[in-house]
Amino acid sequence: MNAATGGTPLDLNAVGPGFSDPPLASQAVFRAALNAFARPGRIQRVASDAPHPSGAAPAAAALLLALLDPDCTLWLAPRLAHGSAAAWLRFHTGCRIVSELREAQFLWSDADQMPPFEHLPAGSEFEPETAATCLVQVEALGDTPGWRLQGPGIERTQPLTVRGLDATFLAQWRANHAAFPRGIDLLLCAGECVAGLPRTTCIEG
Amino acid sequence: MSDTAAIFAARDPHVNFAYLDERTKRMIRRTLLKAVCIPGHQVPFGSREMPLPYGWGTGGIQVTAAILGPTDTLKVIDQGSDDTVNAVNIRHFFQRTAGVAVTTDTRAADIIQTRHRIPETPLREGQILVYQVPAPEPLQRLEPRRSETRTLHGLAEYGLMHVKLYEDIARYGHIATTYDYPVRVNERYVMSPSPIPKFDNPKMHRSAALQLFGAGREKRIYAVPPYTAVASLAFEDYPFSIQRWASACALCGATDSFLDEWVTDDRGTRMFVCSDSHYCATRQARATAPEPSHGSK
Amino acid sequence: MYVAVKGGEVAIQNSHALLAELRRGDPALPELSAAQIHAQLRLAVDRVMSEGSLYDPELAALALKQAAGDVVEAIFLLRAYRTTLPRFGYSVPIETTRMRLWRRISATFKDLPGGQILGPTYDYTQRLLDFALLAGTPVPPAPRAPAATTAGLCPGVLDLLDREGLIEPQPLSAADPEPIDLTREPMRFPAPRAARLQNLARADEGFLLALAYSSQRGYAHTHPFAGEVRFGSVEVEVIPEELGFPVSIGDVALTECQMINQFAGSARQPPQFTRGYGLAFGHSERKAMAMSLVDRALRAPELGEAIESPAQMEEFVLSHSDNLEASGFVQHLKLPHYVDFQSELELVRRMRAADTVQQSES
Repeated sequence: MNAATGGTPLDLNAVGPGFSDPPLASQAVFRAALNAFARPGRIQRVASDAPHPSGAAPAAAALLLALLDPDCTLWLAPRLAHGSAAAWLRFHTGCRIVSELREAQFLWSDADQMPPFEHLPAGSEFEPETAATCLVQVEALGDTPGWRLQGPGIERTQPLTVRGLDATFLAQWRANHAAFPRGIDLLLCAGECVAGLPRTTCIEG
Repeated sequence: MSDTAAIFAARDPHVNFAYLDERTKRMIRRTLLKAVCIPGHQVPFGSREMPLPYGWGTGGIQVTAAILGPTDTLKVIDQGSDDTVNAVNIRHFFQRTAGVAVTTDTRAADIIQTRHRIPETPLREGQILVYQVPAPEPLQRLEPRRSETRTLHGLAEYGLMHVKLYEDIARYGHIATTYDYPVRVNERYVMSPSPIPKFDNPKMHRSAALQLFGAGREKRIYAVPPYTAVASLAFEDYPFSIQRWASACALCGATDSFLDEWVTDDRGTRMFVCSDSHYCATRQARATAPEPSHGSK
Repeated sequence: MYVAVKGGEVAIQNSHALLAELRRGDPALPELSAAQIHAQLRLAVDRVMSEGSLYDPELAALALKQAAGDVVEAIFLLRAYRTTLPRFGYSVPIETTRMRLWRRISATFKDLPGGQILGPTYDYTQRLLDFALLAGTPVPPAPRAPAATTAGLCPGVLDLLDREGLIEPQPLSAADPEPIDLTREPMRFPAPRAARLQNLARADEGFLLALAYSSQRGYAHTHPFAGEVRFGSVEVEVIPEELGFPVSIGDVALTECQMINQFAGSARQPPQFTRGYGLAFGHSERKAMAMSLVDRALRAPELGEAIESPAQMEEFVLSHSDNLEASGFVQHLKLPHYVDFQSELELVRRMRAADTVQQSES
């Protein structure tokens, strides 16, 4: 019911296909997301046969295609909002695209268009699960020494290098981490790879 | 894909893969992701009515159904055993609805659904332990109103729980909780480990496996990521301790496992046997492999 | 080796076979059909539909047959089936003033527009076993009122009081918001009245009956009058998106109860009557009336009444009303608890041993 509300009518000819086998593909992609959050900073490959819309990292497109449905709200950063991604996701998942950040359960953005963390829904002390999940497209992910990650899901320390985040990121992340149990959770996406940063992860730069 | 096709041949074509409809699975999956990001916090979810009764594992089944894939190998235990009727029933449910491979071997399993035990064999990275949880709220016996306990968790106000444990000590000289012994996760949330014996609590601490908890009737999901601190509540002068038995397992001789007590005749003769049936069987097989022995009596 | 708990799979199969045999009963007797159950055990079918949250008399009858007449088990079967059904959308609100009435009574006015219609009821039967039913005697057709008296608009009793301002107004929610669906999202407390009513509509009849009864015996402050109980069928309409106007998709039989309660007024409100509402599928007056009393009792905070009794305690009532949750959890005690029991045994033995040592020392 929600799928049809708001937004412009879909041009079905312009919408690309989704997963060829939605139940199995969604399950596999979900497990990559589960692993990403359960093992922060460890890079997971997201296998998907769905063609991704232009401007979308294949991993991010597949994750949203697997996780969203009409119960979800998604905020898109300007570059993605103006491409074909919105129509594609709305058609395949029925998710609602919102323009207000505070209404967003999911956010999808290129790193350079990511809104300040303090503007994002971080949940409350009593319902911290209502915080946003953000899919951030970065230039590259690697496991060579760069950041040192610590926290739940990490045995000792987890190395992670991320290209494409701006200089304020670490300070913003520290504030986010310190607000636990409130706080946003990130899925950093590059190509077919994803690395999770749950709010519990402590990053040393 | 030919492997997948062969697996699918065994499953019931009239129901969706792993029973639940895709939208329900997505809802549970999103809940699970938030649960992993907030270790020990109970996340409410739209628990569905399952074809099994509430209190019989509906939460664990929904979690397993949401994470299970066709190439996973599943193990189901109840009281540590693969052979108890409820474990058999749930295992059948997933064979029938998902056509997945099943095993009793703890090491061979990708996903282990459990009621009341953690296997004795240490879990490895990549494994997922799914707990069936009857009463997810550790404060429920002290404060039955969910509206109140939610506030207490939000404020990390756990004085009530410490008072309860301290009253135990004043009355009995020790903490009188033997199972479902409350833990503190990642130094923040007090959490019910489900009714596992406190013997199993130390296995949760920094486990290499991902631990997921499903409470169907109470409609909540929570999680402990791998390598996460899980501390059993205690006091400095009354440290946490686990059960010990005077005897070894009568079948495999183990002295490091949780033992069930079997009454063997009308005169009340007892024997003690591993509750983890696969652990016990593996030890027996190893003992008898080189030369047949008479076993221990 | 000592007998371990092996052979669970065989035991389950054998148990299923025995159950099927007992359900069928004496094979020398003809088998009951679902159609017979639907036609001749209509009140059981109605209860299964109500608490099963699915209006389908044929499937409810099948569930009763499969459950060997165990109503709660039949509700379970229906709910488990319902869970797998896709949701196409919501109907427009049903209009019970347009109900085609089979029965309609008011205990507050001797006569009223639309009249009192006694209809089919056990209320004035003398409860003597009818041994003629053992033999199976044919039933003569019952006299019918002319169709005109049971058709058309029949306003509710409360509307009459409403016009005088004697009863609290019940404004319609603006823009017909989507209701909470408790089968898809968890109950959160405090719950809005729509969610409470949904919970009560699915609630166990016996539980509601006992709570309602307790509210009449001083455990809550209600002074109820059965403003109106009506039973009949109403049309269900949906508005398909592509059409934009309502289309009838069929009729459902319903029992509705509007309970009127005295209210002395508070600092905020003048004295007036207040409402309690009950609705059930089919012919279920006991359920609808009990529900309306509990609904009213649960409105205590909104009306500024002290919460002192179980029927007024929202979390207590709504968390324990569902018979499948209750039945499952009570009966799960049949599952093995060897491990937990062993833990307790070990503790009790240790404590007793410590006691013995202390006593012998002193």
